Amino acid sequence: MSNSLTSNILEYTLRIADDSLILGHRVSEWCGHGPILEEDIALTNIALDLVGQATNLFEYAGTIDEKNRSADDFAFLRYEREYKNLLLVEQKNGDFAVTIARQFFFDVYRKLFFEALVNSTNENLAGIAEKSLKETKYHLKHSSEWMIRLGDGTLESHKKIQSAVNDLWRFTDELFFQNEVDEALISIGIAVDNKSLISPWKNYIDEIFSEATLEIPAQNWQQKGGRTGMHSEHLGFLLAELQYMQRAYPNMEW
Amino acid sequence: MVNFKITEKEIWDLLEQVTDPEIPVLTIIDLGVVRTVELIEGKCFITITPTYSGCPAMQVIEDDIKILLKDIIDCEIKLTLSPAWSTDWISENGRNKLREYGIAPPENEPDKSVLFSKPVVVPCPQCKSKNTRMVSLFGSTACKSQYQCNDCLEPFDYFKCLK
Repeated sequence: MSNSLTSNILEYTLRIADDSLILGHRVSEWCGHGPILEEDIALTNIALDLVGQATNLFEYAGTIDEKNRSADDFAFLRYEREYKNLLLVEQKNGDFAVTIARQFFFDVYRKLFFEALVNSTNENLAGIAEKSLKETKYHLKHSSEWMIRLGDGTLESHKKIQSAVNDLWRFTDELFFQNEVDEALISIGIAVDNKSLISPWKNYIDEIFSEATLEIPAQNWQQKGGRTGMHSEHLGFLLAELQYMQRAYPNMEW
Repeated sequence: MVNFKITEKEIWDLLEQVTDPEIPVLTIIDLGVVRTVELIEGKCFITITPTYSGCPAMQVIEDDIKILLKDIIDCEIKLTLSPAWSTDWISENGRNKLREYGIAPPENEPDKSVLFSKPVVVPCPQCKSKNTRMVSLFGSTACKSQYQCNDCLEPFDYFKCLK
């Protein structure tokens, strides 16, 4: 493989991995704090799936990385700007409604994304997509049902989920971020053309919102940056916790 | 230490001794996580596949295989994700063992895209009653849901369907 091809695939793989790791870490913060026991277990299971997907992706990334980094190196020893996850996934958990809305926007995208990535000409990415897709379908069912339950629930739950939607909507355009890395890889059948996912994503959101009696916010100012390493203030705090042990005790193992 | 005489069939039989650390009644053969065993020039290559991406049992299974075969043959274990594991790969024998152990084996479930679908009817592994209810879709491990029998009142794990 040429150097630029390898570095493009590495960058692309790390974006997918970082989304999984950072959201997985966020969701894992609910462990022991779920609103009810069932949800505590559900969220912890979803977090485990996401961290597992991140591990598979980081391990693959390690096999093509010229610095020969391991999965743990990618997770624990990179700095904030080296992370290429979406701004959406690093946003704080907030209340349960914020967590569900964040998960829902991501799950709808992720299912469409993995369905397309299964056909990648890169068999490692296709294999990870095939595995992850099965889990993502569970996640999407879970978050879709909660959107409807909360939206079409009580006055209070409706208010909270609509307010979460209003707060997070500005991070949804970035789901479909695409730059020269994607374009180079799309042309050889490795990457997914994110533009092709916009309308199915929107259609699914409309369908669930109408059932949930929710509205897409009229104000459509959008914030991007995560894919290029420019993060919100929340990621640094998240990494401080995630990386603490390796930073304080380099190379520690258990 | 390299044993040129051992056959692939014998290695498959040996692997019956390795069990899932979380469901110790099931061997990794019952579970369908061993995909291929190949002998090439006196070395053994084994491919295994995880049940779920984040399944913490995989590392233990890999170590257990290595320990089992260490005095028998050189072996290399590879992890594969495709084709992705499905509960259809759990053998009939494995399903019976699960039931005896108190875990209900997977049933055919509606597609995940159907929202608010009725929970699948899962017979109680203790009293066989079909009058059971789902307590929680997500359970003690990634692969299970929580159920309870309305007749004998026994709470039990259901190995959920993954396709």
